[in-house]
Amino acid sequence: MLSTSYVLLTIVGCGIVTLLSRTLPFVLLKNHSLPPLVVELLSFVPITIMTALWVTNLFTQHLGHLPSVNYENLFASVPTVITAAITKSLLWIVIVGVVSLAILRAVM
Amino acid sequence: MTDELDIKTAIKDTLPTVFGYIGIGLAFGVVSQSVGLSVLMVVLMSAITYAGSAQFIMVSMLVSHNPVVSIMVAVFLVNARMILMSTVVAPYFKKDSMLKNIFIGALLTDESFALSMNKVNYTDHKMSFEWFNTANLIAYFTWMIASGVGALLGQLVAHPERLGLDFALVAMFIGLLYLQVIADRSLAKSLQLIVILAEAVIIYLGLIFIPGNLLLVVGTLLGCATGVVIKHAFY
Repeated sequence: MLSTSYVLLTIVGCGIVTLLSRTLPFVLLKNHSLPPLVVELLSFVPITIMTALWVTNLFTQHLGHLPSVNYENLFASVPTVITAAITKSLLWIVIVGVVSLAILRAVM
Repeated sequence: MTDELDIKTAIKDTLPTVFGYIGIGLAFGVVSQSVGLSVLMVVLMSAITYAGSAQFIMVSMLVSHNPVVSIMVAVFLVNARMILMSTVVAPYFKKDSMLKNIFIGALLTDESFALSMNKVNYTDHKMSFEWFNTANLIAYFTWMIASGVGALLGQLVAHPERLGLDFALVAMFIGLLYLQVIADRSLAKSLQLIVILAEAVIIYLGLIFIPGNLLLVVGTLLGCATGVVIKHAFY
């Protein structure tokens, strides 16, 4: 069971981090601009972080050894990607992904 | 979409996106409740942290009892894209007061960002506090209520893992990645695909010797650096 103080501390700590990430650029950029190289580096963050989060979920880590494949998530990813290409709707992508995994778990 | 930037138009423009928030918010509530978070904690997390996909990561890290600082670092990294989005939006509000700037920033989301970038194509690149703030507030309250309702519904589900809801997070990452690639016109599609493949290889190799949380930081930064190098060499 998770202790309330641990969860609350995490909620507030992460709240401060998120608030600063969102508001500091507004505060700092009211009179300044970022160096072009930093802007360029940041422009790759959305695709690299999403890829990193996806790929880490396709494997199980064994430090010092090759990671093993998480077949449930790998197979459920296929219809999810196809749905993304067809519908371009976050809602449908999530629904199809969830249903795919539920079906996989029922038959595997 | 029209060139109007009043509150009524903002409501009309934002409504189609609320179904996305409802779906993910419900999933977040059900998943969080299933691993031991109370309904109150779920709602508080949505209201105070308000971090979308990062909230799923917070919950999974809470369950494996990570130190609070590690979770904060992970959330910062996942939401580092917020810095970029705020950096893009901020110039539209240079003439507004600092307080209004902070308020817009505090409730900025992926969807209100994407929606506003679509909107300025119709308004000759003008933006108003009223329009953006309305879009932000609708997203905020929809997210908070949906996650609370999800947590309540979760109590009625006996075996949540059978519903496959834990995949909602991965599916959303896939969806956001896909939508990002097709919407971002500033980077060539081929360049984005190369960087995604490079990032996947970096993460696979990194899994061998870099612990999970650190890997997201190191892997993302390496991927960004790879992207910059490839862009300058071939594009």
